[in-house]
Amino acid sequence: MEQDGRIRWLKFSSPRHFYHLVDRVIPWAWWVAGIALVVGLTIGFLIAPADYQQGNSYRIMFIHVPAAWMSMFIYLLIAGYAFIHLVWRVKMADVMAISLAPTGAIFAFLSLWTGALWGRPTWGAYWVWDARLTSSLLLLLLYLGYMALHAAIPDRQRAGRAASLVALVGVVNVPIIYFSVHWWNTLHQGASITLTAAPTMAGTMFAALVAMTVACWAYTIAVVLTRAQAETLERERGALWAAQLADPPHTRQEADKEHV
Amino acid sequence: MRARNRRLLLVGGGLLSLILAAALILSAFEENLVFFFTPSEVHAREVPMDRTFRIGGLVEAGSVQRDQTSTDVFFRVTDTLETIDVRYSGILPDLFREGQGVVAEGRLTEEGLFVASRVLARHDETYMPVEAAEALQRAHEAGRQGQPAATAY
Repeated sequence: MEQDGRIRWLKFSSPRHFYHLVDRVIPWAWWVAGIALVVGLTIGFLIAPADYQQGNSYRIMFIHVPAAWMSMFIYLLIAGYAFIHLVWRVKMADVMAISLAPTGAIFAFLSLWTGALWGRPTWGAYWVWDARLTSSLLLLLLYLGYMALHAAIPDRQRAGRAASLVALVGVVNVPIIYFSVHWWNTLHQGASITLTAAPTMAGTMFAALVAMTVACWAYTIAVVLTRAQAETLERERGALWAAQLADPPHTRQEADKEHV
Repeated sequence: MRARNRRLLLVGGGLLSLILAAALILSAFEENLVFFFTPSEVHAREVPMDRTFRIGGLVEAGSVQRDQTSTDVFFRVTDTLETIDVRYSGILPDLFREGQGVVAEGRLTEEGLFVASRVLARHDETYMPVEAAEALQRAHEAGRQGQPAATAY
């Protein structure tokens, strides 16, 4: 019915096209992740100087800050896919959302854990109940709740819709995390890097942070798409293309040859 | 098509009312969401005087006095407008320094002395190498009458 240019975008919401497109993206993502990680860790631990107040303990931020950013951004992505899934009933949106969730949860946990390790030498406490820390803990719980609900309902379609609703409700928390340090007095300091002002940190420190952020992004793309591929295959196991992919005729022949 | 539009309206409307509800709740509970009060707020009596609360600000330069025979320490917390005298007995965090941020938890006595039971250092969002900080300090001291030194490196 709609044969204009827009319809071609929907091609990638077909599981089969998605699978093959993603196949080409994943190796690149792994390469970028590996290189950026080496660059980021090298600058962060060997080149960037010690901080004038914190000494070397500030280096935790090279993990902490990208992890915190990723945990928030992945949640926004999940909420976006949840919205698409609920309104337009696009199956692949739910595949993407549930594939993003474990990685988001890992980053949320990492940001809390590294934050605690940094907080002890800097503030004098592993944990305080200020607005930033509390809302970040809530984010981890939202991830766990989303995944638990998705897994708890046996019927995939109903599970996807129920979990999508939870993901959408929880999205309110993300701006609260981000702006908590502006809206209220918190023990956590404000943002060093914003879109509107120059970063309040030295150039090499900033470079390490950028490289680590790129590494986290590329890692996320690689693992999430791999997970989405597996999820797609599992859901499409009735389809011919999926069956052929799982058991391709030519590898069967090669395996037979090797036996002989 | 109609069902799809109805879902868009429902989900979008639900999300909007949720955001509104969250905004209302947060503004209603604002007082409980702040981690500390500033000295100005304490002087304006906008704090719960009858129970433990936290104050935050900068440790006033030159105000720290340590007791030679115990771990007692006196200092003043300032937000550059008002100051509060603080007494604390215990080990201070490594980053507790004059001119740096601090959060103290405790009670205010009748005389206006804040008796802290816990002191946390508060870090700001500036990160720079030691050399840059020293250079800034030199520039600041040398050129007090000249142009102000840059705050960010």
